[in-house]
Amino acid sequence: MNTADQYLKTIYVVQDSEDGPASTGSIADALGVSPASANEMIGKLEERGLAEHEKYKGVKLTDDGIVRARDALQTYCIIERFLANVLAVEDYQAEARELEAVIDDTVAERLDTIIDRQPECPDCFDPESDACACLEIAPGPVEPEQQ
Amino acid sequence: MVAVSVSQRVASDDQLARLLQIGIVLEEVVEARAHRHYQQLDAELDAEVETLLADAAEESADHRERLESLIDGLGVDSVPFDEIESLVDARYGRTRPEDFDDVRYDQLCNEETAYKFYDDRIGAIEGSDGSFSVDREELIATLAAIRDEEAEGVREVTEVMERR
Repeated sequence: MNTADQYLKTIYVVQDSEDGPASTGSIADALGVSPASANEMIGKLEERGLAEHEKYKGVKLTDDGIVRARDALQTYCIIERFLANVLAVEDYQAEARELEAVIDDTVAERLDTIIDRQPECPDCFDPESDACACLEIAPGPVEPEQQ
Repeated sequence: MVAVSVSQRVASDDQLARLLQIGIVLEEVVEARAHRHYQQLDAELDAEVETLLADAAEESADHRERLESLIDGLGVDSVPFDEIESLVDARYGRTRPEDFDDVRYDQLCNEETAYKFYDDRIGAIEGSDGSFSVDREELIATLAAIRDEEAEGVREVTEVMERR
């Protein structure tokens, strides 16, 4: 997932939680970057037709932006589930946030073949806990099921 | 919502070890899928595809060992391989033959994904100024050798596909 995808995912989640355009400040906070950096990337997303910025209101994703944001969120859910349920990583959220920038979509698709992702994904994502709401943490290192 | 990192570099032993573990899982997925194809579709397999699958499984096992040896050098706790293996086997044990793509196409996806994975890792390590417990040159050389074998795999599968 590249930086643009991380922004799209963040704008999608903020927009959803604010029930309207996402403010640049909220986006910058969520990404841990300066408002100036956020503004620069938002400008690039606008140029690519993925977002629209309205002065004094905030940023709204276009239909194309929403599709890409949902794909990015899905990739994030795959990484979280994989870390928590396959590798039994305790701090799976922190690691997922680190790894999302370096895991490619095609790799995530392959990892997706060994996790049980729910059909409602990525609507299962809960911004409050920053995790998939359907995620059940396995007690052991793996989540084996009977054949 | 928690702040996320927008860095694309690989910066620590722990992160490197985690990425190498993901590589091991991908290799295991390749091996398991090749094995399933071999078992479930054997009546349709001809000698050429059979060789392709056998080579892919053997190569994946070799790549896995090389990745494990790198993780050992990092001194980071890793999930035992047999646990990953049993998990992947259990997953594919429930997969019906019709859920798989065409065997050649599936193999092509495997090789391409692996190639991209190693190529991205090499780029990220080269772009990083972090220091690791394993020799950087050796790390890059090992990943580059594995990546080149994946590229060769892509070429071989493509040739088989073009002949049909």
